[in-house]
Amino acid sequence: MPTKKLKVAILGSGNIGTDLLLKVRRSPYLECNLFIGRNMDSLGINLARKIGVNVSDQGILAVEKDPACCELLFDATSAKDHVKHWPVLQKMGKYVIDMTPSMTGHMIVPAINRQEAREFRNVNMISCGGQASIPIAHQLMCVAPEIQYIEIVSSIASRSAGPGTRLNIDEYIENTEAGLRSFTGCQNTKAILILNPAIPDVDMQTTVSVKIRNPDLPKMRQAIADLEKKIQQHVPGYKVIVPPVYENGRVVVIVKVRGVGDYLPAFAGNLDIINCVAVSVAEDFAKESLAVKESVL
Amino acid sequence: MKTILLIDSTLRDGNHAIRHQLNKDQIVKYAAAADQAGIPILIVGHGNGLGASSLQIGESLLSDKDMINFAKGQLKKTKLGVYCIPGFATVKRDIGPAIDLGVDVFCVGCHCTEADTTQSHIGYIRKRDKIVYSCLMMVHMIPQELLLQECLKAQSYGSSGVILMDSAGTLLPSDVKERVEFLVGKLDIPVGFHAHNNLGMAAANSVAAWEAGAGILDACSRGFGAGSGNAQLEVLVAILSRMGVETGVDLYKMLDASDLLEHEIAATLPVTTSTGIVSGMAGVFSGFIKHVERISTQYGVDVRDVLFELGKRKVVAGQEDLIVQTTIDLADKLRRSE
Repeated sequence: MPTKKLKVAILGSGNIGTDLLLKVRRSPYLECNLFIGRNMDSLGINLARKIGVNVSDQGILAVEKDPACCELLFDATSAKDHVKHWPVLQKMGKYVIDMTPSMTGHMIVPAINRQEAREFRNVNMISCGGQASIPIAHQLMCVAPEIQYIEIVSSIASRSAGPGTRLNIDEYIENTEAGLRSFTGCQNTKAILILNPAIPDVDMQTTVSVKIRNPDLPKMRQAIADLEKKIQQHVPGYKVIVPPVYENGRVVVIVKVRGVGDYLPAFAGNLDIINCVAVSVAEDFAKESLAVKESVL
Repeated sequence: MKTILLIDSTLRDGNHAIRHQLNKDQIVKYAAAADQAGIPILIVGHGNGLGASSLQIGESLLSDKDMINFAKGQLKKTKLGVYCIPGFATVKRDIGPAIDLGVDVFCVGCHCTEADTTQSHIGYIRKRDKIVYSCLMMVHMIPQELLLQECLKAQSYGSSGVILMDSAGTLLPSDVKERVEFLVGKLDIPVGFHAHNNLGMAAANSVAAWEAGAGILDACSRGFGAGSGNAQLEVLVAILSRMGVETGVDLYKMLDASDLLEHEIAATLPVTTSTGIVSGMAGVFSGFIKHVERISTQYGVDVRDVLFELGKRKVVAGQEDLIVQTTIDLADKLRRSE
């Protein structure tokens, strides 16, 4: 256990930012030193105050005014805003974990390229659907490199999609498709997002379909089962509910993500997966950074 | 003279009925016939609109671009329209290029509670000076007060009208009347209606919508559309003519267009099948039926049980992936009880 925790800031007090705050508080390596929104009356800011976290309604200005507030910053605003924030944060030397689909930083999927996160100062978490599906697509591709087309469909509960997510649907699709292409090497990809308003809320679910003839299903099932275990280490609610099945010329895999119910209830697995992944990347950074400091001391 | 705007979705919704396999010859012939008949707006494309050709919904034979071009080439007076659903279609990949190809009208669809997902798309289309109608799908699922909130959002984004889609064919004429009457006085833009025929109510529901104050009706030749089909456009033209409502459509030429559809395009015409009735009762999107029939057969489960179960799980259009899962769940249950 480290004697000191790494100071982090969270920019954006919506669903993602607030859920992140609760996860960061549980981390043995991270400490949220500043939680930043734009409105002192927002639900997220109120919750942060209640649990004794420093808050600000000044947006990116809050970090500019107080450069010592953090070494690492999570940007949970919107794709458009992140594009403006990055040059400012870069100049200040911050390590930035981008939660938005801005296509700015280096894309990280911990189950595949966790170690690359340390080579960049701005890392992108792609999207909730991307984090759920890209590892699956990558595994299927490893078993069957001849796959020519990958399609992913994520359905999430309406209530878990805040205003930022709703305005960024196109960016979500573009970023997720780009992530699929870059991690699998398959150039023909499609991402679809469905918001489901059903009450009780539906759990976040992602379906990966690939076009293939004569798939080696046992080998695919083994690869997916191995992957599931690996991902569950940092995303406990990640579950393969339909292992590879062959239907109508395609192999289909369905995963469900149940959250731990930090800010929104457990159905909001979309918040959970992207935030668990981000916290896990931040902890990697913190462990290294704290180890360096302790060795200097 | 009372008037109404008719939108012809034959070459869009009909694509659901033939697994999105409309070909060039069919599009060219029908578009020419629709233009001849004086159809105001003709919608063309994949059943779920731009960018929706997929394993999830079904891959279309032709690209969006080809479908648009083939129809556009035939239209002199009729405006060319496309359908699109945010989550499938994006501005960059689909909507912008469609405008470049000469599309005049966009029907932007979403589930009836999710109008705010369409804001940026409607904004973009309006900025490029094209007409937008908002289509709210599965309107049977929510009370009218909630529906009004969503219609007001669509209006504030710049839509020229809100079309209520009874995507499961669940509503009865009294339901339609109640919803449309409630909305009409509270909106500055016209209300429209798109009927499905699962319970044999498509024409009656369209008439109920008109009588309650709707200004737009969306329908298809011979009802050529998903599941049990839509309101039969040529029947509406005839009914509206008898009611003294001006549609601008030539009855004889409309009948010719629908004959052409029957003889040269639709391999089979939609009828209200037993599964269609069940999907209407269960409130399941009509576009699911073909998938449910295929998958339930594969797993040896009663197709009606699958539909009622999907209804219970409140699936919405676009969640076709849940059919496999639901069917497997039911098959497991069956096996355990044996």
